[in-house]
Amino acid sequence: MIVAKRKPINEIAEMLAPYKKVTVVGCRSCVAICLAGGEKEVKMLVSALKVKNKKDGKKQQIEGFVVERQCEKEWIKEVEEKVLESDVTLSMACSLGAQTIGDMYPSHLTFPGLNTGMFGVPEEQGVWSEKCVGCGNCIIHTTGGICPIARCAKSMLNGPCGGSSNRKCEVNLEVDCAWAAIYDRLKIQNRLDLIDKVTPAKDWSTSHSGGRRVYVREDAKLTPHQKKGREGVQ
Amino acid sequence: MTDRRPKIVGFCCERHGMDAVVMAARSGKQSDASVRLVQVPCTGRVDGLHILKALEDGADAVFVLGCLEKNCYYDTGSIEGRKRVAYVKQMLSEAGIEKERVEMFNAASTNAWAYPEAVAKMVEVARKLGPIGGGERQ
Repeated sequence: MIVAKRKPINEIAEMLAPYKKVTVVGCRSCVAICLAGGEKEVKMLVSALKVKNKKDGKKQQIEGFVVERQCEKEWIKEVEEKVLESDVTLSMACSLGAQTIGDMYPSHLTFPGLNTGMFGVPEEQGVWSEKCVGCGNCIIHTTGGICPIARCAKSMLNGPCGGSSNRKCEVNLEVDCAWAAIYDRLKIQNRLDLIDKVTPAKDWSTSHSGGRRVYVREDAKLTPHQKKGREGVQ
Repeated sequence: MTDRRPKIVGFCCERHGMDAVVMAARSGKQSDASVRLVQVPCTGRVDGLHILKALEDGADAVFVLGCLEKNCYYDTGSIEGRKRVAYVKQMLSEAGIEKERVEMFNAASTNAWAYPEAVAKMVEVARKLGPIGGGERQ
């Protein structure tokens, strides 16, 4: 899932300072699971901003709402009225949610309330860790199911670098060396022969380095005729 | 100087916390603030939002009173309460609001002194800081 973190409240308050009417919109998907922008987090942020405004003697109308998935236009329609009647919308979703609102209402201001961090998994309650960078060409079938691109600081593809020591990464001694983990996993799977295979230099054009990526599935796309019919229903 | 009394909200667990409040009352110990005591089944039930709402609605200071951490009726409820208080303190600091306005206290049922001490500490904080957003201090 996408893991994000709330921006510091003073930074949010500074962004919103010039505006009288603020709509805060959260998301019940990934950012709710990582406790950054779900229903409770929206309510707490709204309340904290109100307390701050009270302290600063500032009058500002702040209302909070939550949608099921902020990266999908259909769900944003639910709060369209509230978004448009405000001076600014603070998105408590990942950047995708904020940008979807921005794309739907280009003349309306939409600001981010979260810093979108990574593709991660919950390791334990309250802890999320990065496991994928979305490089666009997955190779974990050759690395025991562990991604060296995301988990190695240098994204090494053919074993650890010279800085790996006592199974720890030289970048941060708290972090396990990804290649030590890959070795262990391949050993468990009885596939250590894979460690000897040389992986050629990676083609990064499938990653963000190749520019903005757009994936299309032709069979799922609507034809102009279908689009017209759907618009008619709406 | 006015006779404004600090407005303090206390979330108190219905086990050792409330027992300590009753014990204090039986001992004749009195507090001088307008404390609104909110009884909760367990301090683990207290959400950060409850604390923020109290501050938003006019409380000068908020405290949470629960069982001793290794003697919590629900085992880990007062640990949860402490963590939530800590998170609200962090949010208040980020917002430039004095984090001392929110505190967590723990008590055993027989600690008659615990509740009056908690109130006294919060009254001192509320008097020192005054209401949120100004107004007259005492």
